Amino acid sequence: MDMLRTPLSQVRGLGSAREGTNRFIAQRLSAIALVPLILWFVVSIIFFITRADYDALVAWIRLPWNTELFILLILLLFYHAHAGLQEVLEDYMHNEITKAIVMAAMKFFVIAITIASVLAILRIALGG
Amino acid sequence: MTTPRPLSPHLQIYKPQLTSVMSILHRATGIFLSLGTLVLVYWLMAAADGPEAYQQAISLLASWFGLLLLFGWSISLFYHLCNGIRHLFWDAGLGLDINTVYTTGKFVWLATFILTALAWLLAFTIKGAG
Repeated sequence: MDMLRTPLSQVRGLGSAREGTNRFIAQRLSAIALVPLILWFVVSIIFFITRADYDALVAWIRLPWNTELFILLILLLFYHAHAGLQEVLEDYMHNEITKAIVMAAMKFFVIAITIASVLAILRIALGG
Repeated sequence: MTTPRPLSPHLQIYKPQLTSVMSILHRATGIFLSLGTLVLVYWLMAAADGPEAYQQAISLLASWFGLLLLFGWSISLFYHLCNGIRHLFWDAGLGLDINTVYTTGKFVWLATFILTALAWLLAFTIKGAG
């Protein structure tokens, strides 16, 4: 995502030597994408999910657009959550070894529940 | 590295303001919402498991404790959403002067309460009608 950096910053090579700027940009892009996705999900909960029985919910998730949006929501939501948690850990954990362990555990955990969520959606959408 | 870097304020002697409180709350709601994703995953996995598991999940979520947590997550979500949009404008270099920062801050509070109230009012009205 270097294309989103200012030409000057690319030429000068200023800033951190690590990948901070790209992460900053990716966090904001996920935030922008989450605005409509979260609104879609909240509106769906209010107007449909709260009064739907099990069969109606399954039929709703199976609609191709809803399957697509749901998986998109999950992927971006967990990306965004992981980016935010990483930032918090970087700011408040000062012991490098503890930080590395907690960071790795957090990332593995987020990846695990992301896969669990996508699998659940696919089981509902594709299940017989 | 000899360049002096800015230091975080020392909280013991730091007077809270709308701006600092809202900044801290943005992180706090972000962490709280990250925990809330676990409920979303649980709900999805229950739905994938079948009608009985789903019914059990719904009963848990509809208990007074479940509703209390859902209320907490809903107000956190609307706060993080509204304040996040405020942050995106700042990242684009807009609305950074101190008066605008306070005006948009108050607007975020107002929008958070209105959206939360509206969401629960609509949810209960629609559920009641359905």
